[in-house]
Amino acid sequence: MRGWMRKFRSLILFGALTLILSGCGVDNISALKPEGYGSDLIFDLMMISIAIMLFVFVIVMAIYTFVLIRYRQKKGQEDFIPKQTEGNKALEIIWTVIPIILLLVLAVPTVQATFDLADKSGQTDEDALTIEVTGNQYWWHFNYAGQEISTSQDLYIPTGERVYLDMKSSDVIHSFWVPSIAGKMDTNPGENVNTMYLEAYEEGVYWGQCAELCGPSHSLMDFKVIAVSPEKFDQWKEDMQNIDPEAQPETASAQEGQELFQNNCMSCHAIGSAAAGVGPNLSNFGNRTMIAGILDPTKENLVDWITNPDEIKPGNQMPADLVSEEEASKIADYLLQLDHSEVTPESAGGNSNEGNNE
Amino acid sequence: MSTAVAQNRGLGAAIWDYLTTVDHKKIAHLYLASGGFFFLIGGLEAMIIRIQLMKPGNDFISAGLYNEMITMHGTTMIFLAAMPIIFALMNAVVPLQIGARDVAFPFLNSLGFWLFLFGGIILNVSWFTGAPDAGWTNYAPLSTTSPGHGVDYYVMGLQISGAGTLIGGINFLVTIVNMRAPGMTFMRMPLFTWTVFVTSTLILFAFPALTVGLFLMMFDRMFGSAFFDIALGGNAVIWEHLFWIFGHPEVYILILPAFGAFSEIFSTFSKKRLFGYSAMVFATVLIGFLGFMVWAHHMFTVGLGPIANSIFAVATMAIAVPTGIKIFNWMFTMWGGSIRMTTSMLWSVAFIPTFTIGGMTGVMLAAAAADYQYHDTYFVVAHFHYVIVGGLVFGIFAALHYWWPKMFGRVLSEKLGKWTFWLFFIGFHLTFFIQHFLGLMGMPRRYWTFQDGQGLNTGNLISTAGAFLMAIGTIIFLINVIYVAVKGKQASGDPWDGRTLEWSIPSPPPHYNFKQTPLVRGLDPLWVEKSEGKKGMTPAEPLGDIHMPNPSILPFMMSLGLFIAGFGFIYQVDNKVWLALVFIGMGITFGSMLTRSLKDDIGHHIHKEDLEKGAGE
Repeated sequence: MRGWMRKFRSLILFGALTLILSGCGVDNISALKPEGYGSDLIFDLMMISIAIMLFVFVIVMAIYTFVLIRYRQKKGQEDFIPKQTEGNKALEIIWTVIPIILLLVLAVPTVQATFDLADKSGQTDEDALTIEVTGNQYWWHFNYAGQEISTSQDLYIPTGERVYLDMKSSDVIHSFWVPSIAGKMDTNPGENVNTMYLEAYEEGVYWGQCAELCGPSHSLMDFKVIAVSPEKFDQWKEDMQNIDPEAQPETASAQEGQELFQNNCMSCHAIGSAAAGVGPNLSNFGNRTMIAGILDPTKENLVDWITNPDEIKPGNQMPADLVSEEEASKIADYLLQLDHSEVTPESAGGNSNEGNNE
Repeated sequence: MSTAVAQNRGLGAAIWDYLTTVDHKKIAHLYLASGGFFFLIGGLEAMIIRIQLMKPGNDFISAGLYNEMITMHGTTMIFLAAMPIIFALMNAVVPLQIGARDVAFPFLNSLGFWLFLFGGIILNVSWFTGAPDAGWTNYAPLSTTSPGHGVDYYVMGLQISGAGTLIGGINFLVTIVNMRAPGMTFMRMPLFTWTVFVTSTLILFAFPALTVGLFLMMFDRMFGSAFFDIALGGNAVIWEHLFWIFGHPEVYILILPAFGAFSEIFSTFSKKRLFGYSAMVFATVLIGFLGFMVWAHHMFTVGLGPIANSIFAVATMAIAVPTGIKIFNWMFTMWGGSIRMTTSMLWSVAFIPTFTIGGMTGVMLAAAAADYQYHDTYFVVAHFHYVIVGGLVFGIFAALHYWWPKMFGRVLSEKLGKWTFWLFFIGFHLTFFIQHFLGLMGMPRRYWTFQDGQGLNTGNLISTAGAFLMAIGTIIFLINVIYVAVKGKQASGDPWDGRTLEWSIPSPPPHYNFKQTPLVRGLDPLWVEKSEGKKGMTPAEPLGDIHMPNPSILPFMMSLGLFIAGFGFIYQVDNKVWLALVFIGMGITFGSMLTRSLKDDIGHHIHKEDLEKGAGE
């Protein structure tokens, strides 16, 4: 009966902790609101460790408070000489052994989770989707292996299945982090390819960010993971595979923009399935959640960005004043109509930047 | 061979005295003053960081300058503030606690200080020419490709001051092994001395790793090698390993002496001997040992694989055991005692819950898989500030209030001390507790700015407000120091009813420390004598002539030479003309070394008759 009570009590503690901590943050960026397999597994591990730690803390604070109240020197006792105790073997063994046991309780699920999150066995599966992630100062490139799809900044994945990431960097060390669906992993330069997997439970737009200091615009190196249902994802895949980079835009301004883009921007940027260049692949640009990862996707912002990139993202590679403001406006018209797929962030539940605050 | 040097007064003479001193107590003053100065600079940098992060999308400083701020804040606080203040305490206290008249190598002690100071100055000169901006961890290739000379300043500055630290560490190791008073066995050493002993050992093994890393970085940046350049077959991750093989023990190098100081303070102000002394010694050694085994826990997300991650996770968790032993032993030292809440006791008492929180988040971080979420976020920022500020800075404040009378002959004002404490303590928790949550809510560290609408606004604002409280607390401490220097009364030799040897001599001590070397008859030797009704220590030797080393300007000159050469190394990349500075600087250094080798300097004696008259006190 008493053992049962104890279990029940820890269950209550665990539940209360979960409730309190999950009240924190915005749904699509908080590690405390897991929306995918990795973040969920880690969240459980976090809760176990917090529960153990709180247990220890309560004991320490109980002794601490008692000692400080009970043994304060009282008026008139200034000459009192306490007994000079040397130590106590039994006590010292107790506070050595109990922590060891507590740590073992934590170590086992830690090791399990560490191996689980490193599991690559599913990657050999033919249907498994592998995406090559490349970190760049200060943007992310995504190449869908064997699918002839290449995109930047917005990463589309199907819900309910594991998507494997092969990750590296083209310059300095970055770290790929989508708190609400998985932990983070560094992208290293060289042949050091790291792997991890993403598995999102529900459709949604999840915020990702770079977590390793990579230069002045480190804090502006955002990206989004857009999880859509497998059906929508297949649709998106097909649309992306059928991009015609040469397709004529409808409006005259956009047509001029296309020409300007081809003359001025193609040495760094690409549209279609071409691999990463110096700059991001701009397929699907009209559907992007954000411009450069941080600006609302309006034409005004885009023109600003094209003409003054260094003011918006200090230290980035895009040259300023490559084109005039008028030309930039036409290029913007062209880029914003590059919406190659019906499947957009909105179809995954919108740009959940709005409405979810605390 | 002269007798005691006549005391000249006047500012010039006083400055010359400090430039040439080899007296460990004066070197302690130098370490404290320069460490304190760098602490203020580091604090100013921290305030600028917090002002920038006060609200989302702030543009108080630019992104580039922000990266320089965080780099210099971290580097300054660890290398130029925490380390020297620890060395100040070591110098001021350890020889006195073991009943020695000096350290083993007084000349080297002075050299260690000047190397540290000139290294620190090089680092801070970079503020005028472009500071390092690759983070205090200076990861390659961000650091190797960083434009300008900022990272070169980092490399040269740390190399020079690191050499000073290594010299200091070796000096204390030898001092503690060789120069203990008769009767002071290892298991009778005060715990502060024990922690300094273990810390010095850690310095001996950890700093060479940093030295090697910095040399590789220096050659990559200044002489065209490619240790970290992937395009030429190098490997960037090697820097991370070298840095953390040094960097992790560094944390324990800093924290262990603070543990030692707390042990002394808990014991003195509870009027009890330390509970579980031998367990404490064992725990200290064990923490030092394990500190070397766990560096890769800074690298869980580098991609070392699940096996390495698991091993380092479990090894890291193991450190919680000896640390836990310490926490419980401190509490049981107070148990049954008679606790006096002086300012230094207040800092020590506040340390227990604060450090326990830091230790707990440390264990949480050790869970490798969970670290995939915590790593490089404000959760980590919160954790290491709880450990380093909650452990080390609290420890420094506690120790300074405790040993100030011994160092300067004046007792710090208790009233102002308590104001400092409460403002700093409340400010600290306001600043950093909330950062745990900011991190879990998705705020990475080293972010120049954060975006609106991510739920991070309130937390950051509170954090900034707390930082201001800490700053006010620090200013009050400065006022306290100045006020006491001007108005304070002469302290007695033993103002706290102390238990260890340093309290058996006058405050401040004469420059030969002990007129007669004391005989140690147990743990807490002064307490042993007092409890037998005696006023002071039983001497172990008859009164006789005391041999003391002569002051020397050579350590200063050697360091100055390296300082000059440092600029030569940095700028010869632009123009080979700068190599002239390398030759001039190295010439000064080697010339001074030659002088030192060729010139006989066997010190001087303080004669028995003068001692009887009380000269030199």
